[in-house]
Amino acid sequence: MKIKKGVPLIDQHDKNFMYGGKFGGNFIPETLKKPIDDLTKLFSKLRNNKNFLKERDFYFKNYVGAPTPFIKLENLTNHLGGAQIYAKVVSEANGGAHKIYNATVHCLIAKKAGKKFIVGDTGAGYAGKMLSMAARKFGLKCKIFMGAKDIKRQRPNVEAMKKNGAKIVPVTTGSQTLVDAVSECMRYWVSNCDTTHMCVGSTVGPNIFIKICAWSTAQISRELILQVKEEFGKIPKKLKLINCVGGGSSAMGFWNEFMNTDAEFIGVEAGGPAKSKLHAAPLTNNSKIGILHGAAQYVVQDKEGQIGSTESISAGLDYPGISPLHCFLKDTKRAKYTSASDEAALKAYQLVSKLENISPSLEPSHAFAEAIRIAPKLNNSEILIVDSCGDSLKDKDIIIRKLGSYSR
Amino acid sequence: MKSKISAVFKKCKEEKRPALITYTVAGDNSKNNSLKILNSISKHADICELGFVHNCPIADGSQIQNSSYRALRNGINLVDTFDIVKKFKKNSPEKPLILMGYYNLIYQMGENLFLKNCKNSKVDGLIIVDLPWPENKKFAKKCKKKSISFIQLLSPTTTKNRVKKIINDSHDMIYYISMLSTTGGKLKVSPKKILQNYNKIKRVNPNKNLVIGFGITDKTINSLKSANGVVVGSMLCKSITYSLKMGQNPVTKLDKVVYNLKNKIL
Repeated sequence: MKIKKGVPLIDQHDKNFMYGGKFGGNFIPETLKKPIDDLTKLFSKLRNNKNFLKERDFYFKNYVGAPTPFIKLENLTNHLGGAQIYAKVVSEANGGAHKIYNATVHCLIAKKAGKKFIVGDTGAGYAGKMLSMAARKFGLKCKIFMGAKDIKRQRPNVEAMKKNGAKIVPVTTGSQTLVDAVSECMRYWVSNCDTTHMCVGSTVGPNIFIKICAWSTAQISRELILQVKEEFGKIPKKLKLINCVGGGSSAMGFWNEFMNTDAEFIGVEAGGPAKSKLHAAPLTNNSKIGILHGAAQYVVQDKEGQIGSTESISAGLDYPGISPLHCFLKDTKRAKYTSASDEAALKAYQLVSKLENISPSLEPSHAFAEAIRIAPKLNNSEILIVDSCGDSLKDKDIIIRKLGSYSR
Repeated sequence: MKSKISAVFKKCKEEKRPALITYTVAGDNSKNNSLKILNSISKHADICELGFVHNCPIADGSQIQNSSYRALRNGINLVDTFDIVKKFKKNSPEKPLILMGYYNLIYQMGENLFLKNCKNSKVDGLIIVDLPWPENKKFAKKCKKKSISFIQLLSPTTTKNRVKKIINDSHDMIYYISMLSTTGGKLKVSPKKILQNYNKIKRVNPNKNLVIGFGITDKTINSLKSANGVVVGSMLCKSITYSLKMGQNPVTKLDKVVYNLKNKIL
């Protein structure tokens, strides 16, 4: 299995939409074949259409707010000694996280497809919040599917969705988290695909949703590669790009433009509570390949193929599967994957928000945990860049409960 | 040799009625009861579909989900499911049994071992919800080799050209999904409209046995009886849920429900 140079990663699949012959594909009910086919054709037209690209760039600049800042974390670097630590503060994007890129592009596509309704899933609530924001901006009626457990633990984002006029559908089946929200959203789309556009909140699901999402979040690395060249004059030799991975949308966006450089990619999965056997880290823990939400991927499951329970303090990473693109990057050894525990993520949040003027949510705090772990072991010619892809405000309740206080 | 599925359709055509096809979930509401239910409803049903359970069923509505979760709580697995089939077929060797479920369980067991188990327990056909054409071509061929019917699905969104190709690759039975819905949705399209679509597909190859499913209950089954077959599933799962809630015996309850369904299409 090999990554081809000069071909976008999202296009490196075979005729069955499988990456490396093993990951992805379209394992979907017959009813969705045509809507997915239509969307695939529309997107391949749009991504080559100059006017559409202009439109995308216009909204990324004026609505999302491009570029998001690239900053050196001087205090953290000095505190740890060793590698120099930088952050790409994607949480400065409109709405507070990278989910705005995918949401904006999906709304633009829905408009082109002549759809008036848009539905989406959400875990941490950022995908839902951004979709509801963008839907309002573009005049689409919006429904968000969210696990009942997540509705409780990510209250601020739920409030935001309501304010944006979205209807939130609580999902009470199964684990009541992201995995069931995605299932329920797909079920809704099966029943309403003639009038409704579906946005999958991460680089998961049937192939076209993986493509649209990764194509959208790629904006992060399009900005970053310029910012890095400006800061260092070139792309530094010893560069590590560290990103949390749940479904994997922010990491794909953070790494995409660096695919053919020497930059090392480190993906950090959710290890769950230190004392628990449960986790949401299929790559780190060598889960087997299975089919989840229409795609073959490494997935937490039992021997028979029932999807396994996961546990993480971070709702956004609390997903048993992982993007087929990350499976492909793992098996081609282009990226390395590890995990951080709930406790390590909380500690990282605490340290970063104390020393620096940023406040990462619990998802990127997993990435910071890995940076904090390895930085002291490296010398100061090494550059670590962490994607601070979400803002902590949504985690206020959890942080107060775990750490006693929360301040911004 | 003609398959048992084909034989049933032939017989029903002679009797000028559609085949009644039931769907229940293996392990619902217990391993024993799901076998007892099969044994009892198969007196009235022409073909029995049995769901093998997956906990992430993206095409199933709430009724079948309830049944699936109930079965999983009872610890149902594939070994038990094949065991139920084996015992059922011992009791009713001529009654076709179709297993229905999601691909991941087959993928984990391995296609060949799964089919070997199907063969050993005398499964007659398979419906795999999330393995559409053309992705299912290879697996469908393997099924045919083992004389197991791979049942292709068609839906209102399937394009004309695609319908032709799928029918070309189909075996003894084709399943037409009545409307854009998960299983058990309220019938939001009129039976007349469903039959219009049905007849369009039927004209592509009148010799193929085409059945209609999704959203069919005792209220609507009569108006669809010109089809080669009608599938009732969610209504049966709902009846099990109801009987448990009312403290009734789900086996006798389902026997009655299926008996009534049969009378509506005679």
